[in-house]
Amino acid sequence: MARITASVYTSHVPAIGAALDLGKSQEPYWQPVFKGYEASKRWMAENTPDVIFLVYNDHATAFSLEMIPTFAIGTAASFQPADEGWGPRPVPTVIGHPELAAHIAQSVIQDDFDLTIVNKMDVDHGLTVPLSLMFGQPAGPNPAWPCPVIPFAVNVVQYPAPSGRRCFLLGQAIRRAVERFDAPLKVQIWGTGGMSHQLQGPRAGLINQPFDNAFLDRLIADPAGQAAVPHIDYVREAGSEGIELVMWLIARGAMSDVNADVAGPAPTVRHRFYHVPASNTAVGHLIMENN
Amino acid sequence: MPLDKPYLDVPGTTIFDAEQSRKGYHLNQFCMSLMKAANRERFKAGERAYLDEWPMTEEQKQGVLARDLNRCIAAGGNIYFLAKIGATDGKSFQTMAASMTGMTQEAYAAMMLAGGRSPDGNRFIGEQAGEAT
Repeated sequence: MARITASVYTSHVPAIGAALDLGKSQEPYWQPVFKGYEASKRWMAENTPDVIFLVYNDHATAFSLEMIPTFAIGTAASFQPADEGWGPRPVPTVIGHPELAAHIAQSVIQDDFDLTIVNKMDVDHGLTVPLSLMFGQPAGPNPAWPCPVIPFAVNVVQYPAPSGRRCFLLGQAIRRAVERFDAPLKVQIWGTGGMSHQLQGPRAGLINQPFDNAFLDRLIADPAGQAAVPHIDYVREAGSEGIELVMWLIARGAMSDVNADVAGPAPTVRHRFYHVPASNTAVGHLIMENN
Repeated sequence: MPLDKPYLDVPGTTIFDAEQSRKGYHLNQFCMSLMKAANRERFKAGERAYLDEWPMTEEQKQGVLARDLNRCIAAGGNIYFLAKIGATDGKSFQTMAASMTGMTQEAYAAMMLAGGRSPDGNRFIGEQAGEAT
């Protein structure tokens, strides 16, 4: 039986990827950001899973306005880093896990979540920046990410994104699906995006540190309560793009302590980090291990 | 009963909902076309002619030609799509963000370094900056 061993939460600011790709990570502006992930990289090296289920959003890259799936699971064997207008990020191809992805899709759809199944898709900074932050930049003659990744894209571009409650319940369905997979895989689930930021209009640049820190507190200790928070609270308090934080609730919902059938013990928080700013955005990060 | 749209009273903010998406469909798909290098070259070689290939409104075309992102957003543009115009121009996203706020790029960058724009006074239209909420 496969199982979820841990969840990771992080912002996926594109400028972080650009700073890494252009060798700027030691500049004074970026140093505090990358310092916050040093402990994470050590933890990743010691706790590399067999598969990462990576929840992120596409930023008008793979999905234009032609098709806008609310939840899209990548079932392909591999995914290319996308050209977002500056050429693709110089990072390895993302290797998928088609067997587990197809299994999760079947299980979760039967659990009443209507996923879109995607067999061909490029992945943008929303997916590759978290990989870079947690693994560093793969080097060597044949650079590769250390494990397969199942991309799971959530629509947060066209309003409404799915509600926090629905995301939290979806995470629980994903946990059930993983536990029904007949192979002893260690699976991590990552929730990415956020924290407070607004990228549009005269209110661009909004940051709300009290909101962000309260969100981190509540995601740890009262995720069901946080899942009940309506969209408008994110928009008003955390900026129009702060609504990406609902994706963290998918990962949190997959942890064993919120299993409605047999609640496990509370997770252990291995790492917590918060920094303002990275370009236009507040950066937040958590690592939680299941017990 | 009409749909509840509680986000209409957030100042300086246009939520890209189904109504905006419908209005902005061709504008945003034009932006999407700039993902291809060959299209970026054709656009740069003749912006007006390239825009005229799209069934966009004159207001949308003028917004693009003026690089007035607020005007584009009002006409149905979405920032993730509009960002592709800035990429074509070789501008950083932060420069684009600053252009929507009426601040210089330097002043905007300084505001971000100082912790960003406070939500205080920026939650509801008509609220005065600094007013307790």
